[in-house]
Amino acid sequence: MTTVALKPATMAQALTRALRDAMAADPTVHVLGEDVGTLGGVFRVTDGLAAEFGEDRCTDTPLAEAGILGTAVGMAMYGLRPVVEMQFDAFAYPAFEQLISHVARMRNRTRGRMPLPITVRVPYGGGIGGVEHHSDSSEAYYMATPGLHVVTPATVADAYGLLRAAIASDDPVVVLEPKRLYWSKDSWNPEEPQSVEPIGRAVVRRPGRSATLITYGPSVPVCLEAAEAARAEGWDLEVVDLRSLVPFDDETVCASVRRTGRAVVVHESGSFGGPGGEIAARVTERCFHHLEAPVLRVAGFDLPYPPPMLERHHLPGVDRILDAVARLQWEADN
Amino acid sequence: MTVMEQRGAYRPTPPPAWQPRTDPAPLLPDAEPYRVLGTDAAAQADPELLRRLYAQLVRGRRYNVQATALTKQGRLAVYPSSTGQEACEVAAALALQERDWLFPSYRDTLAAVARGVDPVEALTLLRGDWHTGYDPYEHRVAPLCTPLATQLPHAVGLAHAARLKGDDVVALAMVGDGGTSEGDFHEALNFAAVWQAPVVFLVQNNGFAISVPLAKQTAAPSLAHKAVGYGMPGRLVDGNDAAAVHEVLTDAVRHAREGGGPTLVEAVTYRIEAHTNADDATRYRGDAEVETWREHDPIQLLERELTARGLLDEDAKQSARDAAETMAADLRARMNQDAVLDPMDLFAHVYAEPTPQLREQRDLLRAELEAEHADQEGTHR
Ligand SMILES: Cc1ncc(C[n+]2csc(CCOP(=O)(O)OP(=O)(O)O)c2C)c(N)n1
Repeated sequence: MTTVALKPATMAQALTRALRDAMAADPTVHVLGEDVGTLGGVFRVTDGLAAEFGEDRCTDTPLAEAGILGTAVGMAMYGLRPVVEMQFDAFAYPAFEQLISHVARMRNRTRGRMPLPITVRVPYGGGIGGVEHHSDSSEAYYMATPGLHVVTPATVADAYGLLRAAIASDDPVVVLEPKRLYWSKDSWNPEEPQSVEPIGRAVVRRPGRSATLITYGPSVPVCLEAAEAARAEGWDLEVVDLRSLVPFDDETVCASVRRTGRAVVVHESGSFGGPGGEIAARVTERCFHHLEAPVLRVAGFDLPYPPPMLERHHLPGVDRILDAVARLQWEADN
Repeated sequence: MTVMEQRGAYRPTPPPAWQPRTDPAPLLPDAEPYRVLGTDAAAQADPELLRRLYAQLVRGRRYNVQATALTKQGRLAVYPSSTGQEACEVAAALALQERDWLFPSYRDTLAAVARGVDPVEALTLLRGDWHTGYDPYEHRVAPLCTPLATQLPHAVGLAHAARLKGDDVVALAMVGDGGTSEGDFHEALNFAAVWQAPVVFLVQNNGFAISVPLAKQTAAPSLAHKAVGYGMPGRLVDGNDAAAVHEVLTDAVRHAREGGGPTLVEAVTYRIEAHTNADDATRYRGDAEVETWREHDPIQLLERELTARGLLDEDAKQSARDAAETMAADLRARMNQDAVLDPMDLFAHVYAEPTPQLREQRDLLRAELEAEHADQEGTHR
């Protein structure tokens, strides 16, 4: 028997596999969105699903985000599990009314009688040279809406595991897919049985003792790179990948910060009113007596997402992260 | 060869002949709203159905009056009365089979009640003890919807899902004239037509969206005309003629059930009361207009028809009134009981499992309640 060398899979392929496995396991799972059928989605995440499961299960809808999510609400009311694709972060905004006024609160307003198991997949974030409206980090809006779970994978394995968990959840889940990691590969082996990640647990991606980088989604690889670079300075950085923004894993995050005594929150979206403020506040409230320095934020600037030729100045990179870590040292030494 | 000669030699390929996708003629609404009462068509109507409609109209009117009275007693925060529009409300409920679904807006409490929802549970949204008091699955009535037109795509999705499952279920979605200007109205109609979903859209054109008259809402010849652009039939009906609304809706529901796709029905009616008890209608309309419409009252119209045809005697009228009075007395009595609320319910239905963050907040509230309780015990002693 010859062993064929496995081609490492991309995050996009893992997402496709998650959708296919979920659809095969549960006939109530339906995929709908713009161009998800014949084309397989503009990022090809739904590739092959219409051919395999038919157009009733993987449906090209009219071009209308509120309509896509609004009809998904009705489908969920009737016992289906719709998985909705929003083509790009900024094009999900027309659907916010449905998301906020109905998807997020139907369980609550009906006293639990009408839960809506809807998964909303949103490719998000920058770094791919997209033109205007193709690079927004919209997580703060979703996080601020009670009734939604919000997850964002950073690895190929998590992309699979979190999407499966989202589809299996009886509550609506927004899956923020870092589009700049769609083509990233890691050691995920598609031939092996896959695990479904419980929603709400952060992981320590890299243990360290000097400080904790708290991050998620597209910034995880950047933080890992920063941690490598930091070794030259003699700093041993721990990297915590949140994976789930709602619910938030205070336990893992705070255990790490209590060990290291210093923390920097890293994300692409703007810092004012952004996720980092919430995370810094939570960490400060819980770990104040363990902190050697204030919790710092390294985030995108507070501006509309910049044009692609300037985005590298906006996105938090290794240097900006290391500068922040240096400031933590200074605060501690003085 | 000159440029002109070259041009002359150029023969562009003619584009393929253009074909309309759908013949618009059968989709167009009639010029006049369809009427049954007081016309020759009335003789065809089933007397039993007319009597049922009558009893429901009387009950509905009584409900509107009672609920409005409850706002004055502070038992309801607000009530958007459907007085004058009862024919639409009742016909909506009676046109459906048990397995069908109703998607009402905030003004359509009566339709929900006529479909079997407990009269008190239908009012929890307006009383303020819970958003949706009833179980939507029990009578297949979606929660009363406050954001305008957002329930319309839900109806489409549900009907579509039912059809995918092989169930012959129809969804009836109700919206006001103002709601037809919202984007969700457009998206829902378009999805429904493209998917040929078994949905009926009922627009109750009651003349106003709070204070804004229809003329400032749309420039369309009628709201029913909007259907043509989506490729579905539009029907115009006298919304105060219960027999006509029932017939048109029943046809549309049957059409949808048989796979014919969606229909848009515009029922022309009038909102006799103000937008809600909190609104001052004298700021935007005159009494004369209201009086004209009072003379076209849905109950009177039906009563006249039934009486003229000897289908309704004093006894039958009295028993309809008695039944309505019993309902109102029961509603009054139960609404006058103070609602018993458990504040811990706040946390019960946000997620299937509360997040760790919600668990912390729940513990905080529990401690506050225990302290409050201990204080009260202390003062009582
Ligand atoms: C999206 C949205 N915008 C505004 C409102 C506030 N509002 C409540 S009722 C109403 C008028 C609605 O008029 P119409 O659709 O004609 O229904 P009617 O009240 O006449 O039954 C408005 C503007 C709302 N409920 N939802």
